[in-house]
Amino acid sequence: MLDEAIRTLRPTTPQELCALVAEAGAGARHIEVIGGGTKRAIGSMDRVDQVVSTQRLDRIVDYSPDELVLTVQSGVRLADIERLTAARGQMLAFEPPNWTRLLASRGEPTIGGVLGANLSGPRRIRAGAARDHFLGFEAVSGRGEIFKAGGKVVKNVTGYDLMKLMAGSWGTLAILTEVTLKGLPAPRTELTLLLFGLPDVRASEVMTTAMNGPFDVSGAAHLPSYAARARPLKAEMAVTALRLEGFEASVAARAEALFAALRPFGRIDQLDGDHSREFWGQIREVDAFAGDPRPLWRLSLPPSAGWKGPHGLPGDALYDWAGGQAWLLSEEPVAKVRAVTAALGGHALCLRGQPAFGPREGALGALQGRVKAAFDPLGVLNPGRMEDAL
Amino acid sequence: MKMPAPDDALIARKGEIVRALSRIVPGEGVVSEAADLTPFESDGLSAYRQRPLAVVLPETTAQVAEVLRWCQANGVKVVPRGAGTSLSGGALPLADGVVVGLSKFNRVLEVDYANRCAVVQPGVTNLAITEAVQAAGFYYAPDPSSQIACTIGGNVAENSGGVHCLKYGLTTNNLLGCELVLMSGEIVRLGGKAMDADGYDLLGLVTGSEGLLGIVTEVTVRILPKPQTAQALLLGFPTVEAAGACVGDIISAGVITAGLEMMDNPAIRAAEAFVGAGYPVDAAALLIVELDGPEAECAELAGHVRALATQRGADFVRVSASEAERLAFWAGRKAAFPAVGRIAPDYFCMDGTIPRGKLPQVLARITELSAEHGLGVANVFHAGDGNLHPLILYDADNEGELERAEAFGADILRLCVAVGGVLTGEHGVGVEKRDLMGEMFDATDLACQQRVKCAFDPGLLLNPGKVFPVLHRCAELGRVHVHRGKLAFPELPRF
Repeated sequence: MLDEAIRTLRPTTPQELCALVAEAGAGARHIEVIGGGTKRAIGSMDRVDQVVSTQRLDRIVDYSPDELVLTVQSGVRLADIERLTAARGQMLAFEPPNWTRLLASRGEPTIGGVLGANLSGPRRIRAGAARDHFLGFEAVSGRGEIFKAGGKVVKNVTGYDLMKLMAGSWGTLAILTEVTLKGLPAPRTELTLLLFGLPDVRASEVMTTAMNGPFDVSGAAHLPSYAARARPLKAEMAVTALRLEGFEASVAARAEALFAALRPFGRIDQLDGDHSREFWGQIREVDAFAGDPRPLWRLSLPPSAGWKGPHGLPGDALYDWAGGQAWLLSEEPVAKVRAVTAALGGHALCLRGQPAFGPREGALGALQGRVKAAFDPLGVLNPGRMEDAL
Repeated sequence: MKMPAPDDALIARKGEIVRALSRIVPGEGVVSEAADLTPFESDGLSAYRQRPLAVVLPETTAQVAEVLRWCQANGVKVVPRGAGTSLSGGALPLADGVVVGLSKFNRVLEVDYANRCAVVQPGVTNLAITEAVQAAGFYYAPDPSSQIACTIGGNVAENSGGVHCLKYGLTTNNLLGCELVLMSGEIVRLGGKAMDADGYDLLGLVTGSEGLLGIVTEVTVRILPKPQTAQALLLGFPTVEAAGACVGDIISAGVITAGLEMMDNPAIRAAEAFVGAGYPVDAAALLIVELDGPEAECAELAGHVRALATQRGADFVRVSASEAERLAFWAGRKAAFPAVGRIAPDYFCMDGTIPRGKLPQVLARITELSAEHGLGVANVFHAGDGNLHPLILYDADNEGELERAEAFGADILRLCVAVGGVLTGEHGVGVEKRDLMGEMFDATDLACQQRVKCAFDPGLLLNPGKVFPVLHRCAELGRVHVHRGKLAFPELPRF
């Protein structure tokens, strides 16, 4: 799929895109779908005849800050959306990562790609994932038809919630052309409490204590010593971090209460404002593991079991989402990583190395296959992607 | 509103169907006598009634699977039912169909505080989840007004909301996993205790699918630590426009309220007459603003909201000074539906969502429509998220009034779509808004949704007649309309 000889087509209207897909279906050809192409390293796919990028579907359709609603074409760059919303004191609350340093990829992530991969950052524990902020869309299905779902208001249950299905479908069902997202007020201030040198199990207790109290924590991460010593943090020992965001008086009150609750766990330092923002940017981007040659795994686990996953798998780990998202550098065999993760009630995605996705098995696997066929019966879009282990 | 014509041949097989179901769910698991079926004739949308062929009340997932497998093999239609509180007719039975009631699935299976979740059976009520975890300082956030009765299984089917969903989300934002039985009898687990699952997000797809894709037999919900304090403000305004503008001001100021409700004058009067909550009966519009979090936050934001309201001309301002007072502020709003029920024999509750900025225009038009249709209306409104609940007042005993009420409701929903909104914010399409789906979606959009249905239930046996105005056979929908040499857009330039 990285064969540069294959032409990348960049349609400028949904109708052009639709015609391309319809032609491909008619000609039994296969299409790789990309936005900025920054996540192509994740997973593999069968041979394709064309690459289609949404980059030139780059119009901001409507932004109504008072309605908390933003409608853009799918090729709009994430960075442009962040600038646009920040200018009105708002944000995409799910804090989408770029992962461009992590994946050593060139180019600019687009919002269509963010949704296609359902990418969410540290604030996921408080604000939800990309899929929770995805209100509506227009897309071209694998059948070469333009269709829409959802709406342009923040609360809607009309028809099936196809937004959830599109989020995280990696372009295998349809190509998003226009998306409507919820924007939320950006916090006025933020503050991070840091604890040092905690073993993973103790750090897990810290994060559970913080999450289970009335502190409204918006980031809970743990960097064991390997990750903490790595660039860019270069700390001397393990670091456990908890973020509080909101209005000043509220953050101050919650910080005081959380400080008291965590005192039994050791010395507590504080990061304010820009330092806090910089730190969570590094967590979001998993910077500690950028440039490492080992296979990189993302384990999604029940949060309190997060630390157990990497403990069954020799390598180096970093924990976000209060333990619910464990990053793991490990040379362990694919089957073992998946088995250990599944036994703990989670699943694993391989970001660097193959295969990326888990197998489709049993009645659920067959159902997933029928859902794919409902939107793309000819297998035109991203053939084989998300089906690595079949 | 018309349901698909019943199949007389199926109705004639009632005896055989009841015997087969009784073998799967022995004892008192099958209800088939006419008198015993009466309680199942309708749901919260009581304008429509239909006695089902039979009701089966399984107790285990294996029984649910066996019932569905048998029904699929024998071409028998199935209507799932929780507590039967749907406001859109989602659980309306079919004359030639079997109702599968989940009322015996009523246990909280596990509370996992370390992972902030609870595993419950679908027949557990919404409020019972909070009751199971509140001693430990937790709660389940979505709080539909019917929460003492409605079940979590029904909440999953309808993606139910509540007054706190601007800040805490709908059901879909508070679920981690479920066990689902397909019409084929296959059992699948979607999600679990992790924050996402492998493959397509079928949990998200199934949530809000109105019982058309499968029957949920277990649910894992997220629970949250209870906010330290909550405070409410009551704000009366001389005009609807001023109240609407104040809502915009609050949101623009970056305040995401725990609840932000509006009532118009008829709703204020009805509620005040019913519960005496201390509402200003002369106000054109009343806002109830709830803030939650640490005391310092509530105090700061309450001052902020109060100032914004005063700037917009609020002439009635109360800030709750105690928990009792806060609950009193809410008492009128929570009782708004029964309060309206006292001033008219029947009412229809509508559920469109609009861009909030269109509120004055929409309310003005609803007033005109009220005169045109000759029926009264009271409006309650989840103002924070633009979800409008006009209550249309009518008397079903008067010839033609039900039809007029339906026509008035349809006009309101068309108006919501016309101003950029949607048909339903939280109650679901059901049978009530089914025939209006074409206002929002074209034939291609609906075909895409119906193909999803086919992936789950190719025989279209699960809750037919709901959500989709026209039932297409799956074979017909499955055809690929792309043929060699025939392009969809032959006139467009090529690359």
